[in-house]
Amino acid sequence: MNVSKALMKMVRYIVLVIFFCLYILPFILVLLNSLKERTEIISNPLSMPKSFNLANYFSAMEKMNFAHSFMNSLIITVFSVALITIFSAMTAYVFVRIQSKLNKFLFFLMVASMIIPFQAIMIPLVQIYGSIGFLNSKWALIYMYIGFGASLAVFIYHGLIKSIPLELEEAAMIDGASRLQIFFQVVFPLLKPTTMTIVILNVLWIWNDFLLPSLVLIKPEERTLPLSTFYFFGTYSVDYGLLMAGLVVTIIPVIIVYLFTQRYIIQGVMNGSNK
Amino acid sequence: MSSQKFFDRLKVQLLFSGPTLFAFFTVVILPFLYGIYLTFTNWDGVSTSHSFVGMKNYLAVLDDAAFWTSMYKTMKYVLLTVILINVVGFFLAYMLTTEIRAKNLFRAGFFTPNLIGGIILGFLWQFIFSNVLVYIGEHFKIGIFSSSWLADPDKAFWTLVIVTTWQYSGYMMVIYIAGLMNIPKELLEAASIDGANAFVRLRKIILPLMVPSFIVCVFLSLQRGFMVYDLNIALTNGGPYKSTQLVSMYVYQKAFLSQKYGAGQAEAFVLFLIVAIVTLIQVYMSKKREVEA
Repeated sequence: MNVSKALMKMVRYIVLVIFFCLYILPFILVLLNSLKERTEIISNPLSMPKSFNLANYFSAMEKMNFAHSFMNSLIITVFSVALITIFSAMTAYVFVRIQSKLNKFLFFLMVASMIIPFQAIMIPLVQIYGSIGFLNSKWALIYMYIGFGASLAVFIYHGLIKSIPLELEEAAMIDGASRLQIFFQVVFPLLKPTTMTIVILNVLWIWNDFLLPSLVLIKPEERTLPLSTFYFFGTYSVDYGLLMAGLVVTIIPVIIVYLFTQRYIIQGVMNGSNK
Repeated sequence: MSSQKFFDRLKVQLLFSGPTLFAFFTVVILPFLYGIYLTFTNWDGVSTSHSFVGMKNYLAVLDDAAFWTSMYKTMKYVLLTVILINVVGFFLAYMLTTEIRAKNLFRAGFFTPNLIGGIILGFLWQFIFSNVLVYIGEHFKIGIFSSSWLADPDKAFWTLVIVTTWQYSGYMMVIYIAGLMNIPKELLEAASIDGANAFVRLRKIILPLMVPSFIVCVFLSLQRGFMVYDLNIALTNGGPYKSTQLVSMYVYQKAFLSQKYGAGQAEAFVLFLIVAIVTLIQVYMSKKREVEA
């Protein structure tokens, strides 16, 4: 009995290690090849690099306009996520506290709209905002992310705010606090774990999004990281060392953040799915 | 209600929900409704005027064989990826909720692809399929890898399925782990004492109790499958010979490259209907199987 149990454990372990390699190896291969010359890669993509040559990195970062695209991605992600979080929490709050027919309908509409695929909206979206000259700016994109991201965030917050007892707010109200003060001083701090979940889900989405920014941001100087990676690959399609270095520099910042926030991210995804 | 109170309430309502609702209506609802209107016109994206053409665009959708080919491939892709993502995701979650060391390391590793966008993952795997695997195939004389999978229509389709499974299974794994951890331990112990082996426990206790997690995961993988675009464009770019052009990419090309906005929007709307029907059926069917612990 004990022998077979130990054996089972061994087998499980080996299977997991094999899977682990499958998930991580692609990243290692890209890293290895990013340090090599083009000819070295073609003759053997599995070999260790002959020298530790960072030339590909500098060249890739310059050609992708890396620093600039990185900043664009950062600004867009930070503002969109902050605004989605605050506005959605406020909206969910009013939906719970003012139970009018209109609010019930609006809440239902937001939840139902989550089933609409982006592809069913993108053509008219580009037409409408193009015709009023509202494309080609980060701020337009941030505005759109609020519209697209609000439904899920309102839905998740709604479930939680329902469980907050009214008494907590009534005490503050007697002290003469306004609705806004009550919300930001009493309610919003109580929502913190959920806010973390919403921040994580939205950062993963907005940082990596491609289709919407590709439609909205047409000028090269407005490009986000996924967009500049895309155009970079289109331009230097055979210079493998350079391309791999381009991938590494876009992946590394994410991995660094992940190393420190891994627990929160996974916890956030777990919580997000329970709603 | 006094009018004073009414205005107070209106003020709160507008202050709290105004910004969100304004963005939501102008970004989601308005384009959605305007999109339905567009499907009845012949707008080409450039001219300032367009005329009403009735059902012509929808009839054209029915006649557009390339659209249905692409829809059929998307369906096949969605079916395969939903099954594979969830089987692999559940399997990993099951393994990681047993007694084993370095759980967190494994979990973090399997989740990693979800942090990175489809464009970057697509290019990464393009390199692997067209360089690394071809090298391995030639060097070690493994026939199946000796020519690039991306150059063969059938195999290129499978590269999309494989990479999608690799990409999302770690995400579903996390959701399944959360579900598995919620199963009461006493229940499993009691079953063990009654002589149920691991397989029986899995079939009779774990799987029925995991239905809510399956609903969420199947829903998420269905949605992602139908909407896939970045991975498609970065990994295969629809090729070879447009053989792997999934519906999202097809609609994009129709509208923005061929400038057939009305027709493209009609196809996008058909896509919406199909996604809505499939997801509603899925949620309805699986809700019926839900049980309480």
